[in-house]
Amino acid sequence: MSDAPELTLEEREATIGGIGTARKRKEDARFIRGKGNYVDDIKLPGMLHGDFVRSSHAHALIKSIDTEEALKVDGVLAVITAKDLEPLSLHWMPTLAGDMAAVLADKKVHFQNQEVAFVVAADRYAAADGVQRVDVEYEELPPLIDPKRALDDDAPVIRDDVAENDEVGQGSRHHPNHIFEWKVGDKEATDAAFETADIRIREEIAYPRCHPSPLETCGCVASMDAVNGKLTVYGTFQAPHVVRTVVSLITGLAESNIRIVSPDIGGGFGNKVGAYPGYVCAAAASIVTGHPVKWIESRIDNLSTTAFARDYHMTGELAADKDGKILAVRANVIADHGAFNTHAQPMKWPAGLFNIVTGSYNIPVGHVEVNGVFTNKAPGGVAYRCSFRVTEAAYLIERLVDILAQKTGIDKAEIRLRNFVQPEQFPYSSCLGWEYDSGDYPTALQTAMQAVDYAGLRKEQAEKRDKGELMGIGISTFTEIVGAGPVRNCDIVGLGMFDSCEIRVHPTGSVIARLGTKSQGQGHETTFAQIIATELGIPSDDITIEEGDTDTAPYGLGTYGSRSTPVAGAATARAARKIKDKAKKIAAHVLEASEDDLEWEVDRFRVAGSDISMKMKDIAMAAYSNVPDGLEHGLETTDYYNPPNFTYPFGAYICVVDIDRFTGDVKVRRFYALDDCGTRINPMVIDGQIHGGLAEAYGIAMGQEISYDETGNVLGASLMDYFLPTSVETPEWETDFTVTPCPHHPIGAKGIGESPNVGGVPAFTNAIVDAFAHHGVTHMPMPHTQAKVWQTLNELGLNK
Amino acid sequence: MPSKKISLTINGEAVEADVEARMLLIHFLREQLNITGPHIGCETSHCGACTVDLDGKSVKACTIFAVQADGGELLTVEGLANGAELHPLQEGFFQCHGLQCSFCTPGMLTRAYRLLQDNPNPSDEEIRMGLSGNLCRCTGYQNIVKAVRYAADKINQAEGAN
Repeated sequence: MSDAPELTLEEREATIGGIGTARKRKEDARFIRGKGNYVDDIKLPGMLHGDFVRSSHAHALIKSIDTEEALKVDGVLAVITAKDLEPLSLHWMPTLAGDMAAVLADKKVHFQNQEVAFVVAADRYAAADGVQRVDVEYEELPPLIDPKRALDDDAPVIRDDVAENDEVGQGSRHHPNHIFEWKVGDKEATDAAFETADIRIREEIAYPRCHPSPLETCGCVASMDAVNGKLTVYGTFQAPHVVRTVVSLITGLAESNIRIVSPDIGGGFGNKVGAYPGYVCAAAASIVTGHPVKWIESRIDNLSTTAFARDYHMTGELAADKDGKILAVRANVIADHGAFNTHAQPMKWPAGLFNIVTGSYNIPVGHVEVNGVFTNKAPGGVAYRCSFRVTEAAYLIERLVDILAQKTGIDKAEIRLRNFVQPEQFPYSSCLGWEYDSGDYPTALQTAMQAVDYAGLRKEQAEKRDKGELMGIGISTFTEIVGAGPVRNCDIVGLGMFDSCEIRVHPTGSVIARLGTKSQGQGHETTFAQIIATELGIPSDDITIEEGDTDTAPYGLGTYGSRSTPVAGAATARAARKIKDKAKKIAAHVLEASEDDLEWEVDRFRVAGSDISMKMKDIAMAAYSNVPDGLEHGLETTDYYNPPNFTYPFGAYICVVDIDRFTGDVKVRRFYALDDCGTRINPMVIDGQIHGGLAEAYGIAMGQEISYDETGNVLGASLMDYFLPTSVETPEWETDFTVTPCPHHPIGAKGIGESPNVGGVPAFTNAIVDAFAHHGVTHMPMPHTQAKVWQTLNELGLNK
Repeated sequence: MPSKKISLTINGEAVEADVEARMLLIHFLREQLNITGPHIGCETSHCGACTVDLDGKSVKACTIFAVQADGGELLTVEGLANGAELHPLQEGFFQCHGLQCSFCTPGMLTRAYRLLQDNPNPSDEEIRMGLSGNLCRCTGYQNIVKAVRYAADKINQAEGAN
């Protein structure tokens, strides 16, 4: 088995294409040919189409539903209402947050566009015809739109079904429209710090309701095989295993008789975590009709019903000394969750991980209170490309620090440098309960300042101000908390938030690995293969990654909250290491050497100090033919990884804007993003994630808002009104990085997908407000549309 | 519903079919012909995921009827490659990481194809303007611009060599 090195070590490393390689994406081969397989591409024999009759009112009683005319439409087979689902107990469904949500409106509608009836027809045109002909009679009720009025004594009661309940799944509550009260921190110490502090700042900062709006909407094809009793559902599921368990709990079907398949997903960003009425109705319709049933959302359905994000109405306060040293943070939040509590967070965290609101700063004490309320709006509260409410928290603290800088007259970079958690403080226990794993914030910000010539920019800004021109410099030095999560404090419907990877090494040395996560464009087929490649010395091109089929993949909690790499990526590395341990035993046996004498060398074990070695590829064959006594054949394993902690990626972003003082047009001159996500698996994919997240952040900051008029009509529910940035206005991005490995992750990785959204939004707002700072402006509410910026200019008389 | 017989060329092949008068081109392609490269992202002409090339123009297939394509020459993403040989745009998107979830990619590629036909050597600004009717939620566009630039350069070099 001696084997003269045909390649140098470096060449062998390069052949493998492992961690750190800007490897081109494996999944692209099908995508660039138009051969992706998305849910709406699925066509099963005899398949029917379903579509919803939706409520035109925000709050109304249903007096009657007349389906007679609809059933006369050519091609319409059935019209399903809550009454039809009731005998199956499918008219309501449990939510991931412990509440119940109506599948089809039961006697009452709670928000505009709520699902009222499900029309099943031979094709989508007939279904649409049927929807038009269902006649629903309503009796309007006064709607509740403003979340700040939800807890008023005279507020309309939205949820009659739970009006008398002391709780709706997330602790005690004190009003029929109240969902939860969540408090964390030391209130007394915080209040005391505020009382004695030299400097106090306070600002009301709203993060408007927006929507992830992936380019592919939600949908599914449900197919009940009446002969063997197996229900298969293909759908846009970010967490297919969770869906399987939930479907089992709802329907009573055995989990072994349910197969959930997530095909290619056209972006998720949190929109595809939840369970929606369309899934339940398609499944019910398939069970009833014996045909496969497809349901695909329209864009208007998507924007107005499934999974909004944010809608956090925050009051933030900082106490500081005269040098700008922060002494305490206080936050009070009204969280608008819409008509049902369908927010998607680990269940013990009604406000997600919002207590990361200390950000990158060493703040001695703090207190946070969040109250969730019902309103007559679409239900949800998902994490739009962020880890559960981390975006809201990062936005609040990054805004507050800027306001503090303006109040104290300290430069906005300098105030951050004065308050950062220092590198030697890690692992750092925050006053609100988190243990930050690792970080080097000063280096990140100083690198960023140097890269953009921060001093030069400030000088230019001063000169421009003298000339009456508006230029803003926005800094965001955010810290995220991702990778949910440790099972001790993270679960969804009781399922611990571990994740998994199964690896099978075939006799000829190729590999198939399956994970409990599900890519929605992040490139898992490429990057997870790179982890295995490095661990096992098998070329990444020989490694196939599969996800999304619950019949084959090991149980996992899915992809959201930047958890794939921190959790499933760790399981992948650990599974590979188990394989490698076994491979070592086999190599020792074949080479007749002691395991202790074997050294790992890129792609093989070598007997130390000799030219005798055995490649992993040859070990794989031996695993199926020549294993030592007492060792099982085969080279396969599964790892379930329960992370000991979250991971804490961070970054330093600097945004420079020029504002036209006559028109309010904001030009992003420059956006520099330094990210630290620990070990970097694929720099090309990381840069792509950052570009995309920053574009989303730009959209949120500059224009995205799902608003409602006073009667509860949803405004902004089409792409005419809801801002998705195009290639023209989207700025150019400059990316940079530092590497501070995660100390508790097997390969030191922290996750990257969501940092640019979390860190990007405050950078934009901070830049725009900074342009007006010399006029005493401390805050401007998002989104910063041209009209709103112009209003500020007009109010200040700067457009004259 | 009234139907009409139409004939057209799709990706170089002659196609004849009966279509309902009200059937949209995108549904005709996807559901009747199983050409599923073009996608549906909005049904209101905003997102461009359904973009195809019809008689030398980029067309959003969600907002025209199939009967309007009668007699036309239509190209979808499936017709871009020459057998196993990728179109330079497909190669560019692969090399420059110009796609992530890829739901926009077929429309983006088809639109970029027409852009380069009309303007073989566009500036970055012209590329951005030329793709402004096609939304992407993943890439932030920067690598898409690079990918189109890559393709333009490759096509121009090949033509220069000839």
